[in-house]
This record gives sequence, structure tokens and C-alpha cells, in this order.
Amino acid sequence: MAIKTLSPRAQASRSTVALKALMAVSGLIMVTYLLIHMYGNLKFFQGQERFDSYLEGLRNILYPYLPHGGALWILRVVLLGAVIAHAYSAVALWRRARTASARQGAKRYHSNQNRRGVQRSYASFTLRWGGIIILAFIVFHILHFTAGVLHPGGDTDSKYQAMVNSFSIWYVTLAYVVAILAVGFHLRHGLWSAFATLGANTSTKRRRNLNIFATVLAVVIAGGFLVPPLSIAIFGYGS
Amino acid sequence: MKINLRVWRQKNPEIDGKMVDYQLDDVSEDMSFLEMLDVLNESLSVSGEEPVAFDHDCREGICGSCGVVINGIAHGPEVTTTCQLHMRSFADGDTIDVEPWRSGSFPVVKDLVVDRSSFDRIIQAGGYVSAPTGTAPDAHATPVPKKDADHAFDAATCIGCGACVAACPNGSAMLFTAAKITHLGLLPQGQPERDSRVIGMVDQHDAEGFGGCTQIGECTAACPKGIPLHTISRLNKDLLGALARGEG
Repeated sequence: MAIKTLSPRAQASRSTVALKALMAVSGLIMVTYLLIHMYGNLKFFQGQERFDSYLEGLRNILYPYLPHGGALWILRVVLLGAVIAHAYSAVALWRRARTASARQGAKRYHSNQNRRGVQRSYASFTLRWGGIIILAFIVFHILHFTAGVLHPGGDTDSKYQAMVNSFSIWYVTLAYVVAILAVGFHLRHGLWSAFATLGANTSTKRRRNLNIFATVLAVVIAGGFLVPPLSIAIFGYGS
Repeated sequence: MKINLRVWRQKNPEIDGKMVDYQLDDVSEDMSFLEMLDVLNESLSVSGEEPVAFDHDCREGICGSCGVVINGIAHGPEVTTTCQLHMRSFADGDTIDVEPWRSGSFPVVKDLVVDRSSFDRIIQAGGYVSAPTGTAPDAHATPVPKKDADHAFDAATCIGCGACVAACPNGSAMLFTAAKITHLGLLPQGQPERDSRVIGMVDQHDAEGFGGCTQIGECTAACPKGIPLHTISRLNKDLLGALARGEG
């Protein structure tokens, strides 16, 4: 038996509940960013000049109080912190869940009946794998649009032109559609779970309303991100 | 009715068990699930085989002793305890899989019997009110709002059967722990120890090796007493509040 060296309070601040709160807060920071990112993406429909000058404007936020691009770097540090906190708590909780369920999760019963439980959603049992897909996508996405290391369809200084070039290629669009749908499902359960974890679920009625809110926000965010690439890929917008 | 049973047989905690097939030809649909197991055990005893071990006590759905996973669902297809489940919930000729609660913190003792003493230790870590004993106080000495009394009572109906753990994909016992936190946290008698209670019980919950809650809701769907999922949200809020206040 392990010897207790931590005070009860210190132990509680490392508990599954505290880890889950860390996951919820870091997740909500990323969702807030996603909403702003989505809003920015939709400026694509204002045309090449205005879209590119909007992106250039982002570098001048709070200039000259911050250096050129300073605000974006602060944002990147905050987001990197959120990703690390989110992934750390996910791995720690996943390992605990594995041990608690005899290393088999929901598949620990021999019965082949009711494998998917009584009421749990597709979004909830794909959360962990969905998260890994999203993480891989983020790496790809940063190499693609942020760093410009990858430039399918041709290199260009204009982000507007880079979007048109990329999403004119069917497999690039497909990769983005898959990733955005994964984000949508992740948010569908994740948002509800974050609010409930932070204590917002106070009644059966509130549980229903929080779930409706999570579904609506997930659809809005996924939809908002899907519109520009699909407009380019299907309707040839911008070319 | 005819029933094909597949039952988990395990001699002791050390030996791995396996699913064993049995057939019952003359099951009445008015039998409870446990009575059906009694019939199986009688026939096993007659033929000189070891009867299937399972926990049971009141058989009225109020003690929390019984509980097996039936066809992958804790307590089976109806929202009730295994003893209050009747064979009319199944069809003639059905194959029924019967397994023990499975959790790293509920080791199998024998067949369908698991050791749930981890629950006792969670209660010991704070699931009580330290009150001096003596004559009962007047019923109206401590006023409790009706709404709080009702919600506290809803949470207090938890019988500690462990179905929440058996149903949870993460093997979490949060619904059980949260029911007690909600029960005592809503009542004036529970206030003095509210912070130390939630810290102690969550620490013990984790020390027992139970998983964390991901708000999936399988626990509350399986709970024979219908303990609502929002008790867990209340526990989280109490714990985060206790940590912020620096108490406990």
C-alpha cells in the first residue's frame, strides 16, 4: 500500500475532479479561440484584398504597445499552454480509466449485447481518438497555413490565394472536412462535459439545455469552418 | 419459458473465470431474476455441481446487496435492482449473459460476487455527519427548505449497489460519491464538514483506483434509484470551492 505523503487538500488538487476541471478550462479557452478563428475565416468571402489586409491587421493588434506580431505570439503561448494542459489531463485520466476498468473500458464485459451502453452518444465514446485526430490535424494545419512549410497547389504570399490553391485539391479539402467533423463531434460532448465539470449542471432540465447548447455551438463552429473550403472545392469560389 | 444462460464462473480471486452455458427449461415469467438463479442452483446442487455464488439480501430493492450485469447492462434491461427484475422482461428462448460488476476496485470474490468494500472506505472518508448523540431533537428545531429536503432525499436513496461503477466506461464511482456529497451538502447538519467531506471522499475515491467522470451518463441510466447526473456537477463545484477556500 502506498504511503500517503500529501495533505488531503494537496491530494484533492491532483484528483480526477481537479484534472477534469483543468481539461474543461483549457478546452473552453480553445473553444473561445475557435470562435474568433471561425469569424476570421468567414472574412474570406469579402475578397482577396480585404481578407489579406485583415490578416495583416492581426499582426498590428496593440501596436506600438506590443511589438509587430506581439499579440499573436501571446495568443500562441496561451494556446500552446492550453493544448499541453488539455493533453496532459486527457492522458492522466485515460490511464486511470484503463486501470479502473480492467484495461478494457466499456468493452470489459464478455456479453456481445448492448456493447454501446444504454444511452451514450457517438460523440462521447469517440472523444479520446477524436482528440488524437485533432492533435495531428493541428500540427498539419500549422505547417500548412501558419508556417507555410506545406503549400499544396502552389506557394504564394497571399493567404487568400493559399486557401484557393489548397482547397482546389480534393484530398486537401477531404482532410480538412474530416478534421473539422472530428472537431464538431469533440465539441458536441466536450462542451457539455466542460460545463458539467465546472458545476453548471444543476438540474435535469439544465442537463438537457446544456446538451442543446453544446450541440448548437458544435454545429455552428463546424459549419462555420466548413463553408470556406467547401465553397472553394465545390463552387470554385475565388478562382 | 426456456432460457439459455451464460454465467460467469470463477472459483476464487486468483483463478481467471469463464462464461459457462446452462439451460433452464421451465422458467416462469413471474419469477424474479434471482429466483431464476435459485432454480438454476437447485438443479446444479442436485446434479452435484457447485452452485453459482451471487450476493442478495432483502430482495425488495432497498438493500443494495444484489446486482449483476445482465446482457451487458448493470441490473439488466429494466431500471431497477436485479432482485426486482422479473423474467417477463425476457422472451422465451432468450440467451442471457450474466456477469459480475467489473472494475479494478471491485475484485471478484467468487462467480458473481464482488468485493465492494471500497465503497465503505469512501463513506468512512467523510460520508457522515459528526453529531453528538442523545435524545432526538424536535423535528422543527432546524428548518430545511422543502426543495432542499426533497433533493437531499433523492440523493439519499442511493443503496450503494455499485451499478454506476459497473456501467461507467471509465469505471468511475463519482455518482455514488456525489450522491452522499449532495445528500449531506444540502442539509444544514452537513455544512460544518462540507469542505473536508468532499476533499476526503474524492481523495479516497481516487485512492481506491476508480476512474474519473467524463459526464457520459451511463451511471444514472443504470441507477436503480435514479440518482441524477447533476449530483456529480454539485460534487465538482463543492470540491473546486473547497480548494479555492483553502479549507479541509
